[in-house]
Amino acid sequence: MTWLDLLIAVACVAGVLGFISVVALVAIWTERKISAHIHDRLGPMETGGFHGWAQTIADMVKLLQKEDIIPDAADKPLFKLAPYIVLSATIASFVVLPFGAHLIGTDLNIGIYYLVAISSLEVAGILMAGWASNNKWALFGGMRSASQMISFEIPIGLSLLIPIMIVGSLSMQDLVGAQAGGFWNWGVFSHLPFAMIAFIVYFWASLAEVNRTPFDLPEGESELVAGFHVEYSGMRFAMFFLAEFANMFLVAGVAVALFLGGWHAPFSFLEISAESNVILHNLVGFFWFASKGMVLLFIQQWLRWTLPRLRVDQLMHVCWKIFLPFSFVNVLIVSLWIVLTQS
Amino acid sequence: MSEIREIDIPVGATPQKISQMLENFEDVHGERMVVQMGPQHPATHGVLRVELETDGEMIMKATPHIGYLHRCFEKTCESMTWQQVVAYTDRLDYCSSANNNLGYVLACEKMFGIEVSERVQTIRVLVSELNRLASHFIAIGTYGLDIGAWTPFLYLIQEREHILDLFDRLCGGRLLLNYMRIGGLTHDLPDNWLKEVHEYLSYMEGKLDEVNSLLSYNKIFVERLANVAIISEDMCIKYGLTGPNLRGAGKKWDLRKNEPYCGYETYDFDIPVGDGEVGTIGDCWDRYIVRVKECEQSMRIIKQATERLEKMPGDDVLAAIPKSMTKVAPGEIYFRTEHPKGELGFYIVSNGKKFPWRLKCRAPSFSSLSVMSAVSPGLLIADMVALIGSIDIVLGEVDR
Repeated sequence: MTWLDLLIAVACVAGVLGFISVVALVAIWTERKISAHIHDRLGPMETGGFHGWAQTIADMVKLLQKEDIIPDAADKPLFKLAPYIVLSATIASFVVLPFGAHLIGTDLNIGIYYLVAISSLEVAGILMAGWASNNKWALFGGMRSASQMISFEIPIGLSLLIPIMIVGSLSMQDLVGAQAGGFWNWGVFSHLPFAMIAFIVYFWASLAEVNRTPFDLPEGESELVAGFHVEYSGMRFAMFFLAEFANMFLVAGVAVALFLGGWHAPFSFLEISAESNVILHNLVGFFWFASKGMVLLFIQQWLRWTLPRLRVDQLMHVCWKIFLPFSFVNVLIVSLWIVLTQS
Repeated sequence: MSEIREIDIPVGATPQKISQMLENFEDVHGERMVVQMGPQHPATHGVLRVELETDGEMIMKATPHIGYLHRCFEKTCESMTWQQVVAYTDRLDYCSSANNNLGYVLACEKMFGIEVSERVQTIRVLVSELNRLASHFIAIGTYGLDIGAWTPFLYLIQEREHILDLFDRLCGGRLLLNYMRIGGLTHDLPDNWLKEVHEYLSYMEGKLDEVNSLLSYNKIFVERLANVAIISEDMCIKYGLTGPNLRGAGKKWDLRKNEPYCGYETYDFDIPVGDGEVGTIGDCWDRYIVRVKECEQSMRIIKQATERLEKMPGDDVLAAIPKSMTKVAPGEIYFRTEHPKGELGFYIVSNGKKFPWRLKCRAPSFSSLSVMSAVSPGLLIADMVALIGSIDIVLGEVDR
């Protein structure tokens, strides 16, 4: 390994970490503003001048200064470890997210498989937090979270299979590359309407995966108070918070990469070709990727502030009796289609 | 915890014999978990503690523990003059203080034989119906919050805010009005106040439809509440549930119609009852929707009362207030009124002295809470939240 390789690796990690922090800060701010405007309020208006843009930064600084309270009866090593596991699982997943033609941590040939595998590590962290807090409400939250995230991974996996089958690769850049040339080539419009169904199933199931309304049972405000992170404070709480918002962008990013053309623009004339200028090509790609991700993020927040929450049994009903059969039939039809058209 | 026990299986036992032995062996059950819901829990609407015995998320037994907000209301009233008690009734159900005032002053007036003018009566009706509206907005909004919908809560808080502004102009108090007196009111209506009430009514037109489309008929909301925690009419009567809870179970019973007071018989309004529109009669959704429909009826009453007051010549609202209440007629009375939460009854004994000799308050929330232990077995924790919200208790009134 040369010094240059090391430098590139460090730059990648720093880039991913920086992006996650910025995305989380922006997402928390937009969440506040969007919820406020949906509620007929203004939300934060003072800190930083323009519409309270610095409020989240101020909150983060405040949280870092807070006393780190660990309950006496908690299982201390696990309690301390849990937020790191959740956050590191999130950060590790970002490594294969393609922000641009060259803006990718590493283009693994099993990229999407790696992402699904690593991001499900998060369940372990959440379960750990719920268990180690030694609080029954936290335990309820952890258990709900585990059952919910593990169940919803199945429809997620099955709906991700559709673009993978169509493209025939697990590498993120291959998956994005197959969608070049305008929005009609995007994954969501191929094999109509089956990829569309897969996209819709993926989007809803991903809401459950990141514990958002209407599937926010693990932290159900009015039932479990805060769920698995009820005993956490200060910095550790901030890590859960950061991970939650980074995860929201992560699932949106996967949806963008697999279904909505990744870093490709809706029309090819809006892109700058790699031959003319590599840096601009990447930056424009990044712009499209981030804005598509933000649109999905907005939809997640919009849903959260509009819909009530489901009950545990209804959640499982939605997963096992609605999403799962749909995904299975979808996979079956698309694979038949591919086999018939290729032979 | 469960224990590990050994079973002696004789040498050479047949499989049938072994399975028979295992069948006879007592099944090892897991322990039930005891969870304390409250006193600091967002779903308990105050400082209520519910001791839940759960099997997983299923509730096996629920025991409410009350008293965190006990202020000795009844005993304190025994050392308060007759008029001073009015201020204390404000704090019973702090969401609807005008209705508390009304119950108490009407009981006293009936006991002492004080007649008030028609105008005072109409103003009382107007203020208490406005307060009923405010109370129901809180009930509906926080119910949405319990089920996970944030937005309707803030919308309704905003509509309620306008009512509180009206109260602010009326008597200076927003939450605790202390507006009524035995024999009258503290002061007359401010200038242009009726016009503001009219403006408010026209502003509110269509707002309830907004609530209905956003919350009441939302698929998830309906799924969460239909057929959950059914309280039948029979059960309501056994446990003393009144008001919207009883009407939600399908019983057409409203003291404003059945035992009219304060001239309610002259107003034109309906009694909405639960009809099992989305589930079974008496489920959480029925109790909820009765409150929404009652808001419409309250607005009708407010409209009629405002129109009457505009036509009525002004008079002195303080005229019938006794100048001195150091010596009053001895007697006792039980008088009940229709409060937003149910039947609010006051049992008052007077021994002719300066203070009430005994004052007992029949709080509707207290009776409503009593049904919890009977209904909750078999519910999930999330349903428990729905149940507490649907019976609409206010702990200030439960604990007194």
